[in-house]
Amino acid sequence: MSADMSTDIAEAPGAPLLDVRDLRVVFDAEGGAVHAVNGVSYTLREGETLGIVGESGSGKSVHVLAMLGLIPRPPGRIAGGQVLFEGEDLLALPERRLRRIRGGRIGFVFQDPMSSLNPGMTVAQQIVEPLRIHLGLSARAARARARELLDLVRIPNAAARLDQYPHEFSGGQRQRVMIAIGLACRPKLLIADEATTALDVTVQAEIVALVQELKRELGMAIIWITHDLGVVAGISDTVQVMYAGRILERGPVDAIFADPRNAYTLGLLRSLPDLGRGRAGRQRLHQIEGSPPDMRHPPPGDPFAPRNAYATPRCRAEMPPLAQAPGAAPGHLVAAWYDLPALIAGERPGAREGLRPC
Amino acid sequence: MLMSTAPAPAAPILSVRNLSKHYPLRAWWGGKASVFRAVEDVSFEIRPGETLGLVGESGSGKSTIGRAVTMLNPPTSGTVAFEGTDLAGLGAREMRRMRARIQTVFQDPYAALNPRMSAGDYVAEVFRLHRPAMGRGERRAAVAGLFERVGLDPRFMGRYPHQFSGGQRQRICIARAIALKPSFIVADEPIAALDVSIQAQVVNLLQDLQEELGLSYLFISHDLRMVRYLCHRVAVLWRGRIVELADSDQLYEDPRHPYTRRLLSAVPLPDPVAERARLAVAGAESFGEGRPGDLVAVAPGHWVADG
Repeated sequence: MSADMSTDIAEAPGAPLLDVRDLRVVFDAEGGAVHAVNGVSYTLREGETLGIVGESGSGKSVHVLAMLGLIPRPPGRIAGGQVLFEGEDLLALPERRLRRIRGGRIGFVFQDPMSSLNPGMTVAQQIVEPLRIHLGLSARAARARARELLDLVRIPNAAARLDQYPHEFSGGQRQRVMIAIGLACRPKLLIADEATTALDVTVQAEIVALVQELKRELGMAIIWITHDLGVVAGISDTVQVMYAGRILERGPVDAIFADPRNAYTLGLLRSLPDLGRGRAGRQRLHQIEGSPPDMRHPPPGDPFAPRNAYATPRCRAEMPPLAQAPGAAPGHLVAAWYDLPALIAGERPGAREGLRPC
Repeated sequence: MLMSTAPAPAAPILSVRNLSKHYPLRAWWGGKASVFRAVEDVSFEIRPGETLGLVGESGSGKSTIGRAVTMLNPPTSGTVAFEGTDLAGLGAREMRRMRARIQTVFQDPYAALNPRMSAGDYVAEVFRLHRPAMGRGERRAAVAGLFERVGLDPRFMGRYPHQFSGGQRQRICIARAIALKPSFIVADEPIAALDVSIQAQVVNLLQDLQEELGLSYLFISHDLRMVRYLCHRVAVLWRGRIVELADSDQLYEDPRHPYTRRLLSAVPLPDPVAERARLAVAGAESFGEGRPGDLVAVAPGHWVADG
């Protein structure tokens, strides 16, 4: 079963859907400009699931908000780049046209459904609105479609629940409603930003399973932004690791976990305790020293260098380009001046424990 | 035997018996007043130097128990004995003395800190309250020592909370928590608000402090991976009751209650092959919807609710 799944996940063919080119976002704040996104470029294909991993300040959320025209301007501004979605540059579109794409061909789900849903409107009103605006459906048709959508996201007794308000739903159900809204107009791209972070682990498991099923049914591409490496491992075709507004590593999911090439990726993987390992003979957790950089004063060169035990003098002076990692899977890109596999091989045996080959 | 990895039995530092916390619900006209049973008849012990993990989903009563055993929000019924003294029977003055021995570290360090007080003053405050005889220089030296102990540069004592990162702020809170040499700390989701790269730092610090100071922890968390790593024993809460309590290895390797199994099987694995296989077979194990029953022993030290 898992073998079948991994092959159809690994294929991920399709034409380019989203092409992000050298995106730069700056926030003009008191005490200096915050360089939140510093030249991010990648391509997402139709039907592909991209998992983006990063911590606060990595630019993972800001860059998608910027491409959807959702950052407050000012203080935010797009300092450069293009975001081509089906050939159109989203950054160059007037707000009126962008609004037609948002919630239409691009659906999105954010972390906190309680603040994304309008507490004063019934669920039906909130699902119907985009259907009428984007698809021009009649009130009756939109309501019928809203009911189908609640069925689709497995909310029991959908017909009766349409006229309830968000507070009458549990946290997991509200997130399902958000997904229903995100999928309402059959988007080609669904963006989920920490969509399960606030949920209990069993509810998260249900939502992840649901999204997987919907993807099989509807075939949309997904950008799944999270800090949870476990969720990313299960649903992604491609994984992208971001830090300080840059992509430090990107590649096929199996390659990223089995053969990480950037020290930050390796540090994140090593710092996770193993659920299957008992207390006997355990060691201190591997810890990444230091704190994420202050993006008002980003360090010169590779932004992770100050926290990286493998950093070379060149890392501290010059930002490495994101390029094919030598000897790695095709499409496995890394930004690093050092050769991580060689450095790891030189460490004491067992140092790579916890990174199981795939 | 099964319990070979458990710490040697010793008199418990904390003994919780039949703890319940109820909140009255407003009655409608003509209706009967009822109560919300946030925590119902919970009993457990924590031994010196031991970490007991408390896991469960939001609303299961984890934090309510944490606040009840520290008397921040005293229980409706039941006893909480700390080092042999029943906390509910203490007067305000004795309780204040006891607070030096029982500390709490919360999820959001920024909310815990006073934005107008420098980090050094915030830590020094506990000395002013509990050690009024301490001189200024002595206090300053003690705070500097605490800063070093939790991995903060003492030169940062004059800085304000907004000048620190999230992980550093949690270190400040930990410095204050250990200032009076407590023997027991309730850590309520202490890493949940921290970045992944910072979580391991804080967990390692908590562990180092446990070894050095002989601390006992009640570690409240929804991070089941970290709980297995850090905790000697684990209690699983569901709907305000403990449904399973066991040695950590035993609980994770041989979970007996259907809810524990459901919880553990929902944890995503940071390994694509294993995680895809897990997702492919994932299905919720169904179990009764009523309140869980009383705990019965299924093995030495392994307790499971029947029903």
